[in-house]
Amino acid sequence: MSGIGMENKPKLVDENGRRIDGRKLDELRPIRIEAGVLKRADGSAYVEWGENKVLAAVYGPREAKPKHIQNPARAIVQCRYNMAPFSVSERKRPGPDRRSVEISKITGEVFENVLFLEMFPRASVDIFIEVLQANAGTRCAGITAASVALADAGIPMADLVPACAAGKIDGQIALDLKKEEDNYGEADLPVAIIPRTKEIVLLQMDGNMSQSEFETALNMAIDACMKIYELQKEALKNKYKGEQEVEREEVQTPKQEQR
Amino acid sequence: MGEDIVSEIMREYLQQLAAKGTRVDGRKLDEYRQIEIKKNVISSAEGSAQVSIGNTSVLVGVKVELGEPFPDTPNVGVLTTNAELIPLASPTFEAGPPNEEGIELARVVDRGLREGRVIDLEKLCVAPGEKVWIIFVDIHVLDYDGNLFDAAYLASLAALTCTRVPASAQGMGEDFPLPLNGLPIECTVVKIKNAMMVDPALDEEKIADVRLTMAIDENGNIRAVQKGLAGSFSVEEVRKVISMCQVCSSKLREILKSS
Repeated sequence: MSGIGMENKPKLVDENGRRIDGRKLDELRPIRIEAGVLKRADGSAYVEWGENKVLAAVYGPREAKPKHIQNPARAIVQCRYNMAPFSVSERKRPGPDRRSVEISKITGEVFENVLFLEMFPRASVDIFIEVLQANAGTRCAGITAASVALADAGIPMADLVPACAAGKIDGQIALDLKKEEDNYGEADLPVAIIPRTKEIVLLQMDGNMSQSEFETALNMAIDACMKIYELQKEALKNKYKGEQEVEREEVQTPKQEQR
Repeated sequence: MGEDIVSEIMREYLQQLAAKGTRVDGRKLDEYRQIEIKKNVISSAEGSAQVSIGNTSVLVGVKVELGEPFPDTPNVGVLTTNAELIPLASPTFEAGPPNEEGIELARVVDRGLREGRVIDLEKLCVAPGEKVWIIFVDIHVLDYDGNLFDAAYLASLAALTCTRVPASAQGMGEDFPLPLNGLPIECTVVKIKNAMMVDPALDEEKIADVRLTMAIDENGNIRAVQKGLAGSFSVEEVRKVISMCQVCSSKLREILKSS
């Protein structure tokens, strides 16, 4: 996070408190969420978050295989976070690396907090997150997408889980770092919460922050999660609004020919 | 793939329809599903395209990097094609290193591109024996509803047509478009009982007796062929496949050119 390549460090925050892309310190990148984008998956969602493009699909609850991973009391959550080889500037070798394996694990653990897993003994809820284009913050975009996909799949859950990071750039606390800010910044703190209870279900940090900076960053990230929560609900409503309109049209114009 | 079963009643229905020259979605035997091509969808790739054929959707990203040529071809660039059947795309795809289906898909696409001399690889030599441009074509299947071969090939070709070689990042002058020779197109035909049809949807693909993929160039010449599945063709049937592929390939080429 710090020390390497710092000689080329650009100025991340200008005199007016604006960042390299013109954002204020507590401003999110533009976020667009779409639910139900894939046909084969039981639930799916697509998130564009600044220059990040992330797709999530959910399958299940389905029989957990191989059998020895089944839990007789509840369903298990299996998550796979994967980056496309072309998602980053230097081609990434296909397949899981240590970073993807870790992100997959903590993302799965996030959703164990909200899914009613005891309803589905021996089953597995499988979450697949594909990063198609990456620009810092993909794990938060992935969690945000995955919870919309879980809701789209109709799996019983206590709440949606929004996620967002805050960090420190040029000595100031800033929300939702993009790639240059992450590379040249001093700290990054990804957070995911359960909005109804404000429980924190994901918390990681790298870099260097004082206790008061940490608390400021955490609060900033939580406030942003609440905004993202609204976008998630909006995406789900939009999907069903669309379906209602289609149904209404079908009722008005009965199929002309039966093939 | 054990779960991928078509019910007997569906199998018989599809066979009966095929014998009558029609299909379950109302298409004729020589008719493709709706095709959509979106180019330049991933900004971290040097070229990219998302192609959907019906509900099947494939994303291809092209990365271009400098590297060493093969010792036996010191003055030509390198083309590498890789396919990932990621578990997001279908309940039957599993995570892990590419299985034989993924490898066949990548090799059939690669053969069409290579034998069709789509890329002028000799123009991609920088220093003979030392440095050449390496073209990575990464196929990412997003939604699997049959006929991956044609969707993956078309997406690869579309991505190559909008690929720019990143010469300026290496201090080697201006970026330039990838030098291309022509646009051979791959078309896939399957045989169900005695009926032959292009662009099989998932259920048709699953009950097909035999499959044939052909790459056809602008002059109607055959540049690559792959027969798949356990069944067989007569010589007369192969002739019929050639003429079906010749007709369909020029239609697909027009769609690609106007995209």
